[in-house]
Order: sequence, then structure tokens, then C-alpha cells
Amino acid sequence: MEEIITSGRNIPHIDPILDIWGLPISLYLFLGGLAAGITIFASVVTILKREQQYSTAVKIAPIITPIALAVGLFFLLIDLHHILYAWQLFTTIRLESPMSWGAWTLLVITPLSIVWVAMYLKDILPTFDFSGCCSGILKLLFVENNSDEKLNWEWKYSFLVDFEKFMLDNKRVFAWIMLVLGIVVGVYTGILLSAFNARPLWNTEILGPLFLVSGLSTGAAAIMWLSNDHNEIKMFSKIDLFLILIELFLIVHMMMGFVAGPEIKAYAAGFFLGGEFTAVFWVLFVGLGLVIPLLLETMELIGRKIPIGIVAFLILAGGLLFRIIMVDAGQVIRYLY
Amino acid sequence: MRYGMVIDTLKCVGCTDCVVACQTENNVPLGYARDWVSEAVIGTYPELHLEIRTERCNHCDDTPCVRTCPTGASHVIEGGIVKVTPNECIGCAACIESCPYDARFVHPEGYVDKCTFCDHRVANGQDPACVSVCPTYCMHFGDLDDPNSEVSKLLSTRQSKVLAPEAGTKPQIFYLI
Ligand code: SF4
Ligand code: SF4
Repeated sequence: MEEIITSGRNIPHIDPILDIWGLPISLYLFLGGLAAGITIFASVVTILKREQQYSTAVKIAPIITPIALAVGLFFLLIDLHHILYAWQLFTTIRLESPMSWGAWTLLVITPLSIVWVAMYLKDILPTFDFSGCCSGILKLLFVENNSDEKLNWEWKYSFLVDFEKFMLDNKRVFAWIMLVLGIVVGVYTGILLSAFNARPLWNTEILGPLFLVSGLSTGAAAIMWLSNDHNEIKMFSKIDLFLILIELFLIVHMMMGFVAGPEIKAYAAGFFLGGEFTAVFWVLFVGLGLVIPLLLETMELIGRKIPIGIVAFLILAGGLLFRIIMVDAGQVIRYLY
Repeated sequence: MRYGMVIDTLKCVGCTDCVVACQTENNVPLGYARDWVSEAVIGTYPELHLEIRTERCNHCDDTPCVRTCPTGASHVIEGGIVKVTPNECIGCAACIESCPYDARFVHPEGYVDKCTFCDHRVANGQDPACVSVCPTYCMHFGDLDDPNSEVSKLLSTRQSKVLAPEAGTKPQIFYLI
């Protein structure tokens, strides 16, 4: 056993600890998880034919998806050190490399998530201000049409009208496709890290499910926050409560697995059980980001009035913090030799 | 053909000549290094044992760095040497994360750089720069597949170890202990 290492390597631009992945990657993983969560809920509600009951989940929240995905991709791109060669990502598909198939999945799901929003645009924005400042832009895609009382616009091109009809007629098939893609993205955000054997903290099969559940939870939080319908809020806060419980279970399960595991895993767990990440992880993430929302949601369920915005904010902030901690700690914790 | 190195930790004095030789040979930018020297004190007091060893990319047999590369920039060439093609590399650093030895770094120009076993010298029948300058002759380079090579003979007569075998990459640099 190596008890003392007097001097390791000392290379100014590389050592002492790896921090090549920073905040942009954490944000990328967070936004990917959020987009995946919303997509999965919107798809499931559509597949179960409950669009009327949970309209925010199907029509409003998905507006976030393309924005989150685009911003997430932006963060991924600014984190590339050889950015002028970024197009090389799309010259091959390498299934062994999560970075590769993940980038391809995002390339497919982002335009589809815009199609999803467009499909419900007439419900979300039934009237446009054609005399306003943006009328020039609006007129590129839309024409004024007052034949309907509630709706004052129509797509400018007939193929868009046909396409909208086609998509609405086949929205359940579309929802199935989006469900699969949403799950792939949600799992991908975890697998991106857990595929690295070299990083003892990341290299656990629990990380994939954990990131997926956390992504779903942030998605549910966003839907709760946007919704005005009491029943919908209640439903999603119930779902979220359940998700938080699973998350807590997975976290405890992961930590116990580490403690009982090989020396290197126990060493990794030490960083969270007394070591430098103990306070932020247990107090800020688990405490403020999981347990407090859990208690507030339970109170909501037994009929107390609670500010749902605070719950949603805590969950979203917790989700982001969780990814920041995992990305950071994963790089600090390395094999000892 | 399987290139590898055998390094005698009992001979290494930690002079870092190998580091300087590599930086000069390969034009490694200032503040970066493709190889380095570690000193480890092993054991429990008072049974302590000092080990000095020069480290670099282990040109592993099972290469996570090549697997996780999304573009194929990281690849394995003849003889098992692991290399990066700069203008295929997007600088995503997935390979850096996947190397348990932290043997890779981002070159200031943006692509990922690492030890190449001096394949340009090896192609001409020379040893890598680090091996050729070592004043104590503690480093040996050669074909591990050839039972008559110096490296194979050393491995069959002396006790050796690899670094972090539990990381599962099957490193091809062996340390004589
Ligand atoms: S030491 Fe690291 S960079 Fe070199 S082959 Fe092994 S995993 Fe790849
Ligand atoms: S940084 Fe370059 S060599 Fe490394 S995985 Fe990314 S593209 Fe491949």
C-alpha cells in the first residue's frame, strides 16, 4: 500500500488535478436532462390520450425543450478546445463513444422538438399582432386569416398546413418516437460520465438511471411551475415526489455500494462521507434540492397551500448543482498508484 | 509486433532527463509534458520504500481513450502505439477523462496531445528520445511479442508491475521492482 506520495508529477498546465470539464459540461448535462424530462412527460401524456387534462405538459412546457437543447449544444460547443474541427463529430457515428451517439441523438431530437412546438402553435399562440414590430418576420411564415374567431393566422405555405395536419393525425406515433429519443437523451447524460472506467466516482451503473430520474424530476418541476391548472400541478407534484424518493434511494444505494466496494470506490465515497464534497452534496443538494421539496410537496398533497414556484426552483437548482458536483468530484477522484 | 517499455525503478534516479529529451524532440510547448517523473514512498512507517519512476502514456492494449473518442482522432497504429490525429480531434477531452493515468493534455492549439512512443524515431529503428538519453539506462524499449527482445528477457527474469492494473486498460509499460 502506498502510504505517502512525496511528490507526484508537477506539470504547470496539466496538474495538479484534472478540471478539463467544467461548468459548460454541467450545464449541458442539466439542460439535456431537463429537455429529456419534459419530452418524456409530453410524450407519455400524449400516448395516454390525456392532452386535455394535462395541457401544460403537452403544449406549453415543450417550448422549453428546443431552447434547452440548443443552449445545451451551445455549451457543448464552447467547451470544445478545437472548435474549428467540430464538424468532425458528424463525419462518423461511433457507438462505443457516448459523445458521438449523444451528439447525433441531439442533432435528431432538436428539430423534432421544434416540430412538436409548431404542432401546437395554434393552441399556444392563437393570435399574432400582425401590425406590431415583428410583422416582417411573422409574415415569412404566417399569413393573417380571420376566418376563425379565436385564431387570426394560418401557415403561409400549404405544405406547412398539410404537414401540421399530418403530424396531428399521427401525433401518437410521433409521441412514441419522442419518448424513445427522450429516454435516450436522459440516459445519455448519465452514460457520458459512467462510461469512463478511469474515474472511479463516475464508473457506476447507477449513474445512468440516477441522471435519468433527476432529469425527469427537473422536467416535472418545470411543468409544475408553468401550469395554472390545480389538478395538473397536483399530478406532477405527486409524480415528482415519487421521483425524488427514487433519487434518494439511488443515491443511498450508490454510496453504500461504494463503501462496500473495492478500495478505490471506498476512497471515492470518502469524498462524500467526511471529505471535501460532504457539505455541498448532503446539505445543499440532498437537503435543499431533494428533502425540502419532498416535504413541501407532501404538505401540498395533504392540502396545505405552498408556493409551487419555490419547490420547482429548488428542484431545478438542485438538479444543476448535482451535475456540477458530480462533474467536479469525478475528476478530482482518480486511481491511486 | 507489440511495442512496449520496461523501466527499472531500481535504477531511476529521477533526473528528469527523459522529460527534457521528450520536450525537445517533440516540440512540446512550455508548461506541458508528455512524460514525467513520480516519486512514491510506499509502505507503512518504519518499513518505507522509495520508488522513483518515469511515467507516460502506457499505450494500453485495451484503450478507453480510443473507444470514447467520438471522431476516431484517437487511434492505434502498427505495434499498438496510440496516437491522435490533430485535425480530426475536436478537443472534447473525452479521451482525457477516460485515461486513468492522466497521460493526455490539451495542446495550446486545441487538439489533444500525448506520448507517441516517438513513432517517427521508431520507424527508423531508433529508440524513443526518452529511452535514448537516460543516463542510468533504466528504460528499455522493444517488441514485447518477440521472446528474444531485451524487454521480453527482462520481463521473464525480473519481477515487474504495471500501474493501476485495476483500471483495466492492460498497460504496456512495465516497471521492474
Ligand atoms: S495510458 Fe491513457 S492515453 Fe495512453 S493508451 Fe492508456 S488510456 Fe490511452
Ligand atoms: S479530444 Fe480529440 S482525441 Fe480526444 S476524444 Fe475528443 S476528439 Fe478524440
